[in-house]
Amino acid sequence: MPHSFFLFRKIKLKKIKRILSGDFIFKNITLIFALFVLSLAILVFYELYSRSQLSINKFGLGFLFGREWDPVQGIFGALPFIYGTVTSSIIALMIAVPISLGIAIYLSELAPGYLRSPLSFMVELLAAVPSVVYGLWGLFVMVPWIRDYLQPFLESILGFLPFFQGPKFGIGMLAGGIILAIMIIPTISAVSREVMLAVPNAQREAAFAIGATRWEMIRVSVFKYAKTGIIGAILLGLGRALGETMAVIMVIGNRPNISLSLFEPAYTMSGVIASEYVEATQELYLSALIEIGLLLFIITLLMNIFARLLVWRMMKIFRGAKE
Amino acid sequence: MIHKRITKRKIIDKLVFFLSSLSVIIAMIPLAGVLIFVASKGLSAINLEFLISLPKPPDEIGGGIGNAIQGTLILIGLASMIGIPIGVLAGIYLAEYGDNRFGSLVRFMADVLSGVPSIIMGLFVYVAVVLTTRSFSALSGGIALGIIMIPIITRTTEESVKLVPNSIREASMALGIRRWKTILFIVLSTAKSGIITGIMLSIARIAGETAPLLFTAFGSDVWATGLNKPISALPLIIYRYAISPYANWQAQAWGAAFILVSFVLLLNIGVRYISRERYKK
Repeated sequence: MPHSFFLFRKIKLKKIKRILSGDFIFKNITLIFALFVLSLAILVFYELYSRSQLSINKFGLGFLFGREWDPVQGIFGALPFIYGTVTSSIIALMIAVPISLGIAIYLSELAPGYLRSPLSFMVELLAAVPSVVYGLWGLFVMVPWIRDYLQPFLESILGFLPFFQGPKFGIGMLAGGIILAIMIIPTISAVSREVMLAVPNAQREAAFAIGATRWEMIRVSVFKYAKTGIIGAILLGLGRALGETMAVIMVIGNRPNISLSLFEPAYTMSGVIASEYVEATQELYLSALIEIGLLLFIITLLMNIFARLLVWRMMKIFRGAKE
Repeated sequence: MIHKRITKRKIIDKLVFFLSSLSVIIAMIPLAGVLIFVASKGLSAINLEFLISLPKPPDEIGGGIGNAIQGTLILIGLASMIGIPIGVLAGIYLAEYGDNRFGSLVRFMADVLSGVPSIIMGLFVYVAVVLTTRSFSALSGGIALGIIMIPIITRTTEESVKLVPNSIREASMALGIRRWKTILFIVLSTAKSGIITGIMLSIARIAGETAPLLFTAFGSDVWATGLNKPISALPLIIYRYAISPYANWQAQAWGAAFILVSFVLLLNIGVRYISRERYKK
């Protein structure tokens, strides 16, 4: 049947032409790279997971709760590192959240127009300084200051609490928390400022119209609406604190102990990976270190997913409200 | 009575204003502290020999960070060769074709990936490349830094391509120019300064990355001879010298930090300058 034969050829030719056209090729090349970005997370997970099999099989869930880290005997428990990472990050949040929110309020609501952009730039620069340079400064400038002034001061007024007792080396959990706070302030303040700026101006005007002061306006209009986004910003900061490596390694003391005292040295998850992978010549040792990396990856990934979802959802709602 | 309440409200308002300005000042203290110390301690360590010669053992006077500067430049070059094409093309996909579910997913993943700690990316490359080739290498360092660049470049490229007005695309297509040529030659050249800004920012970020390099580039005391050998880098030498007990190494750590911080700050200020020009238009 010649008719349908020609039709068939026509369709086929069209298809081939479509495939050979630049548009089709270009779109799919860019698609491949987009797919690559998407697959990166899966690739990282797979590699770390398969390389930590040895340790996962040997210790199971007990790895998370083991307090002992003894490479010579082949006993590996990650609890001291999890404790160090979580505690130093909590200290960092306690210092950084109020300061960052203050900065965000000032830069989005209160500062005079000509100051906003240069000050935002300065806060961004805080994020631009490399982590290892913070470590260097922390080790030679901040740690002596903590040892000579901050620790005696804290001990004299809060010394009855177990947190502020112990040796005063300067180096330790407190120093780690403070350096982390410095490093996450730009993250939290930049994202909070962004979500506060996304609050529609009509909300502010409504509050002022019924006679609110600036603070009342911020509380009623800005905070109420930007709440979700601010929580997202804090979680982003927490994610950064959990994974930060170099600055903390240089000031926290790197000793795997679990102590209530913030003056004692501690060790973080990223810290133990970075400083012990060279010594890890046995398979099991290396596998345990990689499992810590896998844990850190999963925690920070989940934290970031959750935080981004919060920020995204909020921005979407406001975009809807503005239109 | 009413008068009293109003005063109280005004006091709280002033207090909030004071506290929030105070927090800006508090945040500036570490920034100023770091910059002042790096400048004062760093400048005194720098001279020509420091910039162009190899490191020396701690008991000898002199020596420099020439190979670390060379290494950092090589690593940035390698990372750019990996990160820029992947990031820019993925960004073009998101801006031009990414208005669907798959696009949102990629966009979301890029945002999430940029929050994953750099040490994890280093560990990944260590496991995937270094353990497989059984050697630390400049190449693996470049790959690790390149991976860190990708999400940043993807998102900034997307943003700047999206800023290009649709009328420009339509004008080009009305002349019969195919879509892919329109994107490559017209949209991209309009979005150029934005994309370059993103690339500069990502370079500023990776130039100071230390943790991923520990597992990959590793560091070295000699000039770089090949991409399959360990290579030195500024952040690595800052770390090694800072935690050493030798005073002259510690002094050199400040010198190296001065070079690194100047480079990173110049990039950031450059970005600021470029984008200001763009916003004026």
